[in-house]
Amino acid sequence: MAKVLVVTSGKGGVGKTTTTAAVGAALAQAGEKVVVVDFDVGLRNLDLVLGAERRVVFDLINVVQGIAKLPQALIRDKRLENLWLLPASQTKDKDALTEEGVGRVIAELRKTFDWVLCDSPAGIERGAMLAMRFADEAIIVTNPEVSSVRDSDRIIGMLDSKTVRAENGERVEKHILITRYDAARAARGEMLSIDDVLEILATPLLGIVPESQDVLRASNVGCPVTLNNPASTPARAYSDAMRRLLGEQVQMMVPAEPRGLMRRLLGRRAA
Amino acid sequence: MSMLRLFSSRQATAPIARERLQILLAHERSLRGQPDLLLQLREEILAVVSRHVVLDPDKVIVRMDRGKHVSTLEVDIELPVGADQAFANAG
Repeated sequence: MAKVLVVTSGKGGVGKTTTTAAVGAALAQAGEKVVVVDFDVGLRNLDLVLGAERRVVFDLINVVQGIAKLPQALIRDKRLENLWLLPASQTKDKDALTEEGVGRVIAELRKTFDWVLCDSPAGIERGAMLAMRFADEAIIVTNPEVSSVRDSDRIIGMLDSKTVRAENGERVEKHILITRYDAARAARGEMLSIDDVLEILATPLLGIVPESQDVLRASNVGCPVTLNNPASTPARAYSDAMRRLLGEQVQMMVPAEPRGLMRRLLGRRAA
Repeated sequence: MSMLRLFSSRQATAPIARERLQILLAHERSLRGQPDLLLQLREEILAVVSRHVVLDPDKVIVRMDRGKHVSTLEVDIELPVGADQAFANAG
């Protein structure tokens, strides 16, 4: 049965789009049929992170408004035959999305795909509401930092009250994904620890993605980090998170960046 | 002061972040789901006064100020031209 998963956070810049691309690609590699849907109308970026920016013809709003059929708007990934993208509009107004229209598109996607990943825009306005509205599960992307944790708490409240599932008395299954984690700084007491974040948000942990230059390298070339450098620490973290989504028991690891003496001496230039 | 602190000007700030968040979120969660009281007050005041005087809804301002010792609720209603006549007649 198809699962609709929203990737959300409240706060901007915490890694929603990176996560959607990385988890979507990892699921597709594992044999699942996946569509990633960009809900960030006016500021679309999922196409760019996936390297499909020059192949966008129709978008989500065209489909919602009936200007294009769904198969016309879906873009198949060139590397993974199981991965598809439904891009957001870059020009239209975000008010062009209606709840009824989004509901119709999601229902249609459920028929074809195993996973529908909705990449939410930042904020708590209409776009973010619609991205989570029909979700069965949610990944709440959180940085170990006060404003991100506060916004995540707010989003958790919305997932528990404003979704179709919540209104029907059901639960949206929620997972925290901590990104940009720096184990060394947390150990020195300079950064909220994993335990701090989980205790405050009282939501199960899906994974810990370390702060890493591999994320920027992957987005530079338009390739999900799980595909671009599968051996890198963020790719392994995302891959573990994907397996947990599929119900596997995977031991939680805090992947540390290898930091030898030479690397430290040379600092960032070495990378 | 620990020996470590002597050599380092930095101190662990994460415990401060955790404590601030715990206090803030306890407060914010308690407010969640409640209708916005000020908005409700504003609409009710507008409805009552509108029964007697025609008002511009934008000219009704309800403001709450929280002080350490005294908190105040300020209601500011701007009457349209000629409305004072209605009050004079009624009085």
